[in-house]
Amino acid sequence: MTRLDALRAVYDKLSQRVVVTIMGAVAAELQSIGHRPNFFYLQHAMGLASSMGLGIALSRPELPVVVLDGDGSVLMNLGGLTTMARYRPKNLVHVVFDNESLLSVGGFPTATSTGSDIAGIARAAGVPRTATVRSLDEFTRAFDEALAAGELTTIVAKVEAAGPSAYVTDLALLENRFQFQRYLKSAGRT
Amino acid sequence: MPPVSTSSSRLVYDALKSCGVRLISALPETWLVHLIRMADDDPEMTLVRLAKEEEGVGISTGAYLSGVKSAMLMQNHGFLASVNGIVSCAQLYRIPLLMLITHRGSFGERDPWQTEGGGVTEDVLRALRIAYDRLDEPSSVAHRIAEAQTLAYSSNKPVALLLCRDLMWAP
Repeated sequence: MTRLDALRAVYDKLSQRVVVTIMGAVAAELQSIGHRPNFFYLQHAMGLASSMGLGIALSRPELPVVVLDGDGSVLMNLGGLTTMARYRPKNLVHVVFDNESLLSVGGFPTATSTGSDIAGIARAAGVPRTATVRSLDEFTRAFDEALAAGELTTIVAKVEAAGPSAYVTDLALLENRFQFQRYLKSAGRT
Repeated sequence: MPPVSTSSSRLVYDALKSCGVRLISALPETWLVHLIRMADDDPEMTLVRLAKEEEGVGISTGAYLSGVKSAMLMQNHGFLASVNGIVSCAQLYRIPLLMLITHRGSFGERDPWQTEGGGVTEDVLRALRIAYDRLDEPSSVAHRIAEAQTLAYSSNKPVALLLCRDLMWAP
């Protein structure tokens, strides 16, 4: 499964939710499918996309939030999994695209390539629902189940170490930030 | 119970409440014990207990963009541990953060392990061009916290208040 195919498969559902992504391939590929005002791309601060998603989910329990994370980022903030699990917001789905490498900086292997199991770590941290999926069908099923479950879920999607040719897009970071803030201001209050 | 000032902690907490703060992220340290308990006991406050202080940058960013005012409680060593998040999340994306940092390791510090952080905290704040002020006496607490938050919001930048020994310690 490629990450791009996985994103395409769930794009329609993402389009109706608050989405926070990490930097690099996830951000570039989601934008290549189609940017929306409810998508925020944290283009640095590796590890903090999940913390930001937690902050939104706790602040706005009426809004469904999806975090699109990666193995390199999660490994930089494993403690954050324990914080997410501690507060376990029902409106948060945490997807980790695990390509077992730091793709955008030369493809060097991460610890998931030698057996570290992020779903296992999340489960042991106390995340109530976890899954590791390897095919597109499994991924879309796990994603749909997570959205329906109304319980904090971490889905680790094993994907190929392949990404876009470029990472810089024509969406300015601050444009994205102010647009996203405006979206959150109006969302759920109409 | 260490002699941390309950009355000063109450002043700080009430000032945060008056500023509309409804979410506090915290990692315990001795000088913060009363403040964290006050947040925990307050049904109007969401207290997020962290594993590491840098998470608080992400949580406050999410809260801010969601329209919720927040504050971060941490020791200066926690601030030092948060620097990348402050730079590459809050400063990169122009996010106001209200950081309350206990200023350990200054004159009077008895714990040898706190003594390095105290010497570099203000230099690091200046290097990061973060506006900050010292809170060292009770009468200015409410005023300075309110003004720090005002600047954070008008400038879209992090600000810091150093909770100093003369305020927080009540031997």
